[in-house]
Amino acid sequence: MLSLTNEMKREIIMEHYNSPNNKVEDITKISNFENFRKIRMDSDSCIDDITIYLDIENDVIKNAYFSGVACAISTASTDILCDMVKNKSEKDALYIISQYENMLYEKEYDSEVLEELNAFSETHKQAARIKCATLGAFGISKILNGENDE
Amino acid sequence: MLDVKNIKKDFPIFKNHENDKKPLIYLDNAATTFKPKSVIDATSRYYLEDGANAHRGDYDLAYHVDKEVEKCRAHLASFLNCFSREIVFTSGTSMSMNLVAYGYGIKFLKEGDEILLTEAEHASNVLPWFKVSETTKAKINYIPLDEEGRCTPEALRKVITKNTKVVSIAQVTNVLGFKIDIKEMAKIAHEYGAILVCDAAQSAPHMKIDVKDLDCDFLCLSAHKMLGPTGIGALYGKFDLLKKMDPFMMGGGDNARFDMCGNVAYLEPPAKFEAGTMNIAAIYGFDEALTYLENIGLENIENHEKELRNYAINKLKELDNVIIYNEKADAGIITLNVKGVFPQDEASYLNSKGICVRSGEHCAKLLKDRLKTVGTIRVSLYLYNDKSDVDALYEALKNGGNFLDAFFN
Ligand SMILES: Cc1ncc(COP(=O)(O)O)c(C=O)c1O
Repeated sequence: MLSLTNEMKREIIMEHYNSPNNKVEDITKISNFENFRKIRMDSDSCIDDITIYLDIENDVIKNAYFSGVACAISTASTDILCDMVKNKSEKDALYIISQYENMLYEKEYDSEVLEELNAFSETHKQAARIKCATLGAFGISKILNGENDE
Repeated sequence: MLDVKNIKKDFPIFKNHENDKKPLIYLDNAATTFKPKSVIDATSRYYLEDGANAHRGDYDLAYHVDKEVEKCRAHLASFLNCFSREIVFTSGTSMSMNLVAYGYGIKFLKEGDEILLTEAEHASNVLPWFKVSETTKAKINYIPLDEEGRCTPEALRKVITKNTKVVSIAQVTNVLGFKIDIKEMAKIAHEYGAILVCDAAQSAPHMKIDVKDLDCDFLCLSAHKMLGPTGIGALYGKFDLLKKMDPFMMGGGDNARFDMCGNVAYLEPPAKFEAGTMNIAAIYGFDEALTYLENIGLENIENHEKELRNYAINKLKELDNVIIYNEKADAGIITLNVKGVFPQDEASYLNSKGICVRSGEHCAKLLKDRLKTVGTIRVSLYLYNDKSDVDALYEALKNGGNFLDAFFN
């Protein structure tokens, strides 16, 4: 993948924040919503409060949505992740998330698989934002590890 | 205005950050405050010189510690204009509130009774009453706020009934910073046979309080919001109320004697409520914090904040991209948003400029339906802030729409 300039990273974040692809107001308007697995992620230290929905069939994520309110960093990262895990196996999705977390925590990571998530490579400079950048990722991996809110 | 340059010299934290890459502009004083050196030294003095436990007066050191603890109690009593025996040390406002809720509320309230709060209360003045309501079946109702978010005596008069047993409100609210007329509220509550509990967490640091004049029944405060150490605070209670209420923590230091058949003779207040070893070092520091505040003068502090607030409001109003939610409030709290920017994004942008503010719901979760926003930025002033801090805030907010700058610098 091309290396992204800061200007490009900024555009990616603003684009997904201002017009997210996977954000829904009301999940019940989406067909088959009863079968989605979901998890509510409300941060204890800020007002971010989102719910993530995954439609999983035979270990493949068919669709991914989220609803709720959150800051730019949480919203954009969750939206990009939803884009990225669609039509991926649970295992591949977890691999992407693990590489994303490695990047945020300044460990070795495979930037090839991160695509637009590379826009968050500067997050460690504002350490307080790591929580925002990982809210959606934690939610998705929780669902993939078997959690499901009633 | 106060001589902020000199005041700042009393607070070592400013010097300790002098060489940081960014300035330290602390505008989160409603969350907690910095400590003057005298407070820090007093806290250390306990560990360096005195060291013994309180209530264990068999030797000189222990005797001395007891004297220091009682000195702070007497000091706080004179600070609030009450008797020493009416001051219970707690870990802070939250514990004080819980003590009233458990020790008084759960003991005396019953089904059919009513507790009156407002939508602007801090969680620490809401959740304990939820517990009282759950346990006793007493009902919780809310005194309606006016359009600006202020709670007035007239509004209390409209909703209070003979069933009201407790009215519990903040003297200064932590999100909007309105000053409530507690004296008039207490008078109305008493006409109906209710008690008035005053949350003074945000008022005691900034204005003179006279509990006898207010005639409130209980008053809760935290030392850390008034230049004192964390982990210490107090409950003021009228002595006859303290006498009849239960401790909610039982143990060493609160009883005169007990036997294994379940007979206990509790000590008189305040000792009855002070089971276990207290945060003694913090009590040493709290005493010095009161001295520091008295030396500057609470009226001077209040006036300083008022003047600085007016300056800030006038200046920030020039900015078209800033929404101010509490222009008319009384205390040094300004609640705002930058148009189109999520408060937390703005707060981290301000952080990149060295400006410390709080974003979020500020614990007053019930209020957000009223402000019609999911969250806000809260700027809160104190005696070591001056116009240069406001100017820095102004400059940063001017460019506040470009909040992602912080992320890429
Ligand atoms: C109005 C109000 N009440 C209660 C509290 C709780 O104080 P503490 O955390 O010291 O117990 C706060 C602190 O933010 C407050 O602002």
